[in-house]
Amino acid sequence: MIVALREQYEPEPEADVVVESLSIRRGGRLIVDGLTLTVPAGAITGLLGPSGSGKTTLIRAIVGVQIVESGEVTVLGEPAGSQPLRSRVGYVTQAPSVYADLTVRENLHYFARVLDAESSRVDEVLATVDLEHVADQLTSSLSGGQRARVSLATALLNDPDLLVLDEPTVGLDPVLRRDLWETFAGLAARGKTLLVSSHVMDEAARCDNLLLLRDCRLLAALTPDALRAKTGEGDLETAFLHLAEEADS
Amino acid sequence: MSARVTLATAKRVLLQLRHDPRTIALLLVVPCVLVTLIKYVFAGSDVFDRIGAPLLGVFPLLSMFLVTSIAMLRERTTGTLERLLTMPVGKLDLLIGYALAFAAIAVAQAALLSVVAFGALDLHVDGVKWGVVLFATANALLGMSLGLFVSAFARTEFQAVQFLPAFILPQILLCGLVTPRGDMSRVLQITSWAAPMTYAYGSLDHVARGEYGATLAGYAIAVAGFTLAALVLGATTLRRRTA
Repeated sequence: MIVALREQYEPEPEADVVVESLSIRRGGRLIVDGLTLTVPAGAITGLLGPSGSGKTTLIRAIVGVQIVESGEVTVLGEPAGSQPLRSRVGYVTQAPSVYADLTVRENLHYFARVLDAESSRVDEVLATVDLEHVADQLTSSLSGGQRARVSLATALLNDPDLLVLDEPTVGLDPVLRRDLWETFAGLAARGKTLLVSSHVMDEAARCDNLLLLRDCRLLAALTPDALRAKTGEGDLETAFLHLAEEADS
Repeated sequence: MSARVTLATAKRVLLQLRHDPRTIALLLVVPCVLVTLIKYVFAGSDVFDRIGAPLLGVFPLLSMFLVTSIAMLRERTTGTLERLLTMPVGKLDLLIGYALAFAAIAVAQAALLSVVAFGALDLHVDGVKWGVVLFATANALLGMSLGLFVSAFARTEFQAVQFLPAFILPQILLCGLVTPRGDMSRVLQITSWAAPMTYAYGSLDHVARGEYGATLAGYAIAVAGFTLAALVLGATTLRRRTA
């Protein structure tokens, strides 16, 4: 059965992100030790795992801001973090990284200039993240969820080929969360690649592929259906627990 | 290097300041108040005419140092710097963008301060007044670029504000403002040659006295050199990859 599942999930050779034997040391300790995985092109890949499982560290390595001990991370055919990637990869950090003392529109206009995007894109991305009504408010006056959406909008400005999103839907209301996942699906349908981290398993169902992470190790790389089939659990949360317990024993 | 990113950054920094009118007011008004205080604290002596002109540079240097070191530290701690460095942005683009924005403030600061000092407070200098304004602006720019540089060595705003007493006050003691450097011990004199503020103070002092010789030229080159060096060193402290 496992052989059959492997056939069902074959990311190679069309992978936009290839992580090979990645090791990362922090505070003298090897926190990631020989991690290998791929992120298929033109699809949504969910990076799932509990808090502290290494999702953010892995994401930072993929966008090239993490100092790595050894191993290789290749993104869109180039070494992670290399210059040609800087206008092709969009990165949204977990904590919104925008200027609190600028209005939403001023933030987006600045990043549009930096990314050399058309200024007409500002209104388009404002509509995408549903923030038109607060566009001229100071970002510091917005709620946490709204600020997260300003940060997300920034990454959409130049229509990057790979979007790496670290917990983009935390603190958002269900309607908005659904809308954003529809936006992600629309981007994937246009051939864009998305890597979305989350610690909520109900978001796993919206992904094309899953990377299940625990203690900085890859538990499994499969589709949501394959996860259900493999564990015999209908609920993805329970399925994840099943896998985790299996790995522990 | 990208003029697009540099100019966009300068504009963005000025926009941020515009949303913080109290900071602009403090930047412009505090040096004027301090120079006015010096005039009346030393009423009846020639101290104001002796150190008034150099102070037109020293006070803006202090405020620029503080504001820019905090501004850059914020950029580091809020994650916007990390994000910008994943984008097609050169490190110097950012720092020169900052420098342009604060240079605009420095010019306004020096102009207003000179109007107050020469107009309202009747400050006398032997040299040309526009020369004093020019070097006062250069002093503010030096403070700006030193502030951008030292922000790399602060992890928190508590640490950053303490770089003023730690890094700038010793230079004020050594630069010749408090007592002539010729009266200091040999060790202190040699030490003072390494302090950027020695040249900042010295250039203003010479201009105010109307001494336009080779010494002034040397001081001016040193001020420009320290300003550029701090900017370039500041750029090297921006790291695309962190632990």
